[in-house]
Amino acid sequence: MNTKITIKPVRWVQKNLFNTPYNTVLTILCVWVLWNILSSLFSWLSQSEWAVISENLRLFLVGRFPESQLWRMGAIALIPILIASTLVVRRSQAWNFVLIPLGLASITWLANGGFGLPLIRSSLWGGLFLTLFAAAISTALAFPLGLLLALGRRSELPVIRGISTIYIELVRGLPLIGILFMAQVMLPLVVPFRLDRLLRAILGLTFFNAAYLAENIRSGLQSLPLGQSEAARSLGLNSIQTLRFIILPQALRLVIPAIVGQFISLFKDTSLLALFALFELTGIARSILSQPQFIGRNGEVYLFIGLIYWMFCFGLSQFSKRLEVRSS
Amino acid sequence: MTNTIETAENEIIENQPILIAHDVSKWFGKFQVLRNANLQVKAGEVVVIMGPSGSGKSTFIRTFNALEPYQEGRITIDGIPLTEDIQNIDQIRRDVGMVFQQFNLFPHLTVLENVTLAPIQVRKFTKPQANEIARQLLDRVGILEQAQKYPGKLSGGQQQRVAIARALAMEPKIMLFDEPTSSLDPEMVREVLDVMRSLAKSGMTMLVVTHEVGFAREVADRVVFMDAGQVIEDTTPAEFFTQPKEARSKLFLSQIL
Repeated sequence: MNTKITIKPVRWVQKNLFNTPYNTVLTILCVWVLWNILSSLFSWLSQSEWAVISENLRLFLVGRFPESQLWRMGAIALIPILIASTLVVRRSQAWNFVLIPLGLASITWLANGGFGLPLIRSSLWGGLFLTLFAAAISTALAFPLGLLLALGRRSELPVIRGISTIYIELVRGLPLIGILFMAQVMLPLVVPFRLDRLLRAILGLTFFNAAYLAENIRSGLQSLPLGQSEAARSLGLNSIQTLRFIILPQALRLVIPAIVGQFISLFKDTSLLALFALFELTGIARSILSQPQFIGRNGEVYLFIGLIYWMFCFGLSQFSKRLEVRSS
Repeated sequence: MTNTIETAENEIIENQPILIAHDVSKWFGKFQVLRNANLQVKAGEVVVIMGPSGSGKSTFIRTFNALEPYQEGRITIDGIPLTEDIQNIDQIRRDVGMVFQQFNLFPHLTVLENVTLAPIQVRKFTKPQANEIARQLLDRVGILEQAQKYPGKLSGGQQQRVAIARALAMEPKIMLFDEPTSSLDPEMVREVLDVMRSLAKSGMTMLVVTHEVGFAREVADRVVFMDAGQVIEDTTPAEFFTQPKEARSKLFLSQIL
């Protein structure tokens, strides 16, 4: 018995790692590289100082939001939990379209103030809150815009089809960073009222993602058999009813993975807002690192915010997996 | 007094064809699928349309609820001219039910929801009303016990019977059947034909594109034979199957009988 247990791993190693001279060289090389990486990682970890995280935790979470108003951030954190639990209890699609806009509106109100709450300029917003806020608002705006563009591109009216196609192809042909710069510089020129810097950034993200979403949704629309809309029309449903009850529920379900993938990349893309003096996670990380007492702590800080980005993206992709299972 | 007026009106309606297609022509690009096709159907008649594949028979009946536009001729259904006028098209679609070769049930809705959707959205029935009607119809086609299932869980024959119930829920004046048994396994053809047979007996006006000779012989009042986009023969089933007049009908019958 004993010999068997000890011999098995040895045999496995012989069979898989050292079976040819070529594989032997490869194995030794890999072990050497891994050893070097791990040993330097450990020596870095042993010298790392995590005070930069613990002392700035508030900045990482909410940026420079005034201390006296911090309860508003707490209230904001509760809203997604409330919405999620209501949606779990009431499994009706109609609730999505009421609760989510309502939730986002109250989050914006709590953060910004007005209607009885003291105003807090968006330049004081920051950290994880700002990252989530920018991602959520531009997702919520990009979805309807993308849906309209997808439908527009399939429209029978040449003008609408033309405009949608030009928009989609134009935006898809530009880098996101370029669109964000254009939103900062050019939106004030064409919009008659003053737009906040954060709002301009959010609109830039929205315009960019709407074009990609439109293409995702369009692929779902195209994959439905023609017979579905024919059956709906032959029952007397008009084109809007056909879309609402027959086409969209099926098409959107088909493209859930692609749409969530798009939202994940949107979430990560918010890190570009750091370039526009917005202090979301990446921006606040850069500003913390520029303080004299924390200079050189890049490793700790970027590892920490990297972990936060990863947690949210991983959570989203798990969520999309469950959605797929539930709707199939 | 109202009674006499109604009877008089009914007589007029009975004598008038409920569906008139006059010299209908249609092109797919340069290819002409329908060439001056003519057809008249009276209320309560069962008309079977036969013909070789590519003869335009499916396209022809699809023009009757505007699933296919046509370029020349005119179609009138229950007195309403079928033009590009959207309101007329909507009205006609409410009056004309359609059953497809591929069933085309809505896979994301239950059997019951498939049947109640249009009555609730188009005829503005309340949900309990629509459910009641749907249950009666599902019972009539023999699948009431499957009402809460999704179409994907049903056999082809069951799906097609749901599709018939779904069309009937709009209380149409005419039912169009586009090869309703062609994509069914042989053992399921009969259950669908039985439903259609009892529907015909109940007095429904039906237009059926099919290759089911038995059904045509037994149920049809008339058989219409189409070839190359034209209506070649329009006669009784007895005459069509025993003494076809046209050479093309003879050739077709020799191939399918």
